[in-house]
Amino acid sequence: MANPNNTVLEIRDLSVSYGKVEALSNASLTVGEGQIVTVIGPNGAGKTTMLSAIMGVLESKGQVAFDGSIEVVPEVERMVARGMNLVPEKRELFSEMSVEDNLLLGAFQRYRSGLRDHANTMEEIYTLFPRLKERRSQLAGTLSGGERQMLAVGRALMAKPKLLMLDEPSLGLAPLIVREIFRIIAELRRRGVSILLVEQNARAALQVADYAYVLETGQIAMHGPAHQLADDPRVIEAYLGLGGKHQAMLAT
Amino acid sequence: MEFPIALMLVQDGITNGAIYALLALALVLVFAVTRVIFIPQGEFVAYGALTLAMLQAGVVPTTLWLLVGLGVAVTVVDGVPALRAGRPGRLLGVAGWNLAYPLGLAALLSVVPLQSLPQLAQVALALAIVVPMGPQMYRLVYQPIASAPILILLIVSVAAHLTMVGMGLLFFGAEGQRTPAFSEAVLDLGPLMVPGQTLVIVAVSLTLIVALFQFFERTLYGKALRATAMNRVGARLMGISPSLAGKLTFFLAAFIGALSGVLIAPITTVYYDTGFLIALKGFVAAIIGGLGSYPLAALGALLVGQLESFSSFWASAYKEVIVFTLIIPVLLWRSLNSRHVEEEE
Repeated sequence: MANPNNTVLEIRDLSVSYGKVEALSNASLTVGEGQIVTVIGPNGAGKTTMLSAIMGVLESKGQVAFDGSIEVVPEVERMVARGMNLVPEKRELFSEMSVEDNLLLGAFQRYRSGLRDHANTMEEIYTLFPRLKERRSQLAGTLSGGERQMLAVGRALMAKPKLLMLDEPSLGLAPLIVREIFRIIAELRRRGVSILLVEQNARAALQVADYAYVLETGQIAMHGPAHQLADDPRVIEAYLGLGGKHQAMLAT
Repeated sequence: MEFPIALMLVQDGITNGAIYALLALALVLVFAVTRVIFIPQGEFVAYGALTLAMLQAGVVPTTLWLLVGLGVAVTVVDGVPALRAGRPGRLLGVAGWNLAYPLGLAALLSVVPLQSLPQLAQVALALAIVVPMGPQMYRLVYQPIASAPILILLIVSVAAHLTMVGMGLLFFGAEGQRTPAFSEAVLDLGPLMVPGQTLVIVAVSLTLIVALFQFFERTLYGKALRATAMNRVGARLMGISPSLAGKLTFFLAAFIGALSGVLIAPITTVYYDTGFLIALKGFVAAIIGGLGSYPLAALGALLVGQLESFSSFWASAYKEVIVFTLIIPVLLWRSLNSRHVEEEE
């Protein structure tokens, strides 16, 4: 079983600026093996920026240590090869290709480095998402919002990542589908995948996560075990509210 | 017009159309994956044909030294950062492809009796010299500006084209060359005499088109190129690096160009600057397909071929004018029929 004392990802003093505007300043964060860590915060707090910088899509200052070694300049292809995968907010599917081809391309980096086990991985993903198997020959562009999100997650899992980063997986989805997505996130942890989850749906995210960070205007404002933050009056007031109780149901 | 003449013109049109189709496919492919309008495509045609002519004359082709030079440049550009990043394995790979390969080829060319080699071996050698210049060119010219706007990529393409034409004059001189046909056989079909070379051109083009189709539909690398064309960000997140996709695309484009040159060298005299006009007709065909559709581009190429051969019969002085004027109604029709989509920034 995964040992949560081993860290998979450790970032220290990570800063990103767009021109003179600093979108993320000196953020530090740790994800342990087999853990779900969530970053919550309002729109524009720099959550997506942080994920992009860790992945190497954006230039950044600071240190990103992944799986025991430090990348001075993270480079997307290299991070993928080393077992990090990002499911972006916009999904970025190959919309004029079939579901199966989308999944297959998720295994590109593994295939390139000589690991040709994509057929087995695909079966595993089909058991996780039976819906995708039904639709495997359909073009990705014709899928519904929830199915697209499943495909985006499935495609990332084809790379058998050590760390999966999910950017707003529940965005724009109907409540029942959101529930399904969170069920899958919990299931992935059982399979030993470490997850860094960025969410606006704070209640559901805190429910499923082990540890949480609150990002506000580019800085880590608070952090702690997820259940502890869920009871913190400041978090309740700013992110959970009293009327939002039904949201927690989504993660059960 | 008499029927046999019309048949002959159709046959001519198909032969040329097959070549234009290949070039049009290469142009569409390069544009889809890298957003580069590949004007130097035609230079690969001329380099292929003239390199083959030099081999057949028993001379070590001067293009070999360009290959060596580009190889040295790529080794420096890619090798130094690899060394700094402490990845000597990568340096070895870079140097192997870009230094050892050209030098090995040079050694091979200096020992084998070029003139007496079988024709197919000469063709293979010509391709072995010219085709690697495609990925090298991508690395040196386009990769550093891969995310630049389309217009800048186009301007750089024009510069690359002019440079290659100039170097072509230096390498091959101003005289044109014609190589012997691959087949002297003539197929007698009643009123029509089909020369073997025509059959070779059509057969090779068809084979290549089918092979390309299989590559894009069936192999993971082919799918990766299509994925890059569809969604650059998505492809990158799968670990498909844009520079790998670019190099692979330019390899295919250079291969198609050089092969087209080798195919047409027996039916037309090729000069150092002939390639441009040929590729431009391929470009007209690609435009008919909106620079995005492979089947439409191939059909367009056949149309261009027919138009060219019939107009050379009726008004041979105006044949280029007629072919290139075709682009105006096509552009009009396309702009009226398609909605304008903003370029993504």
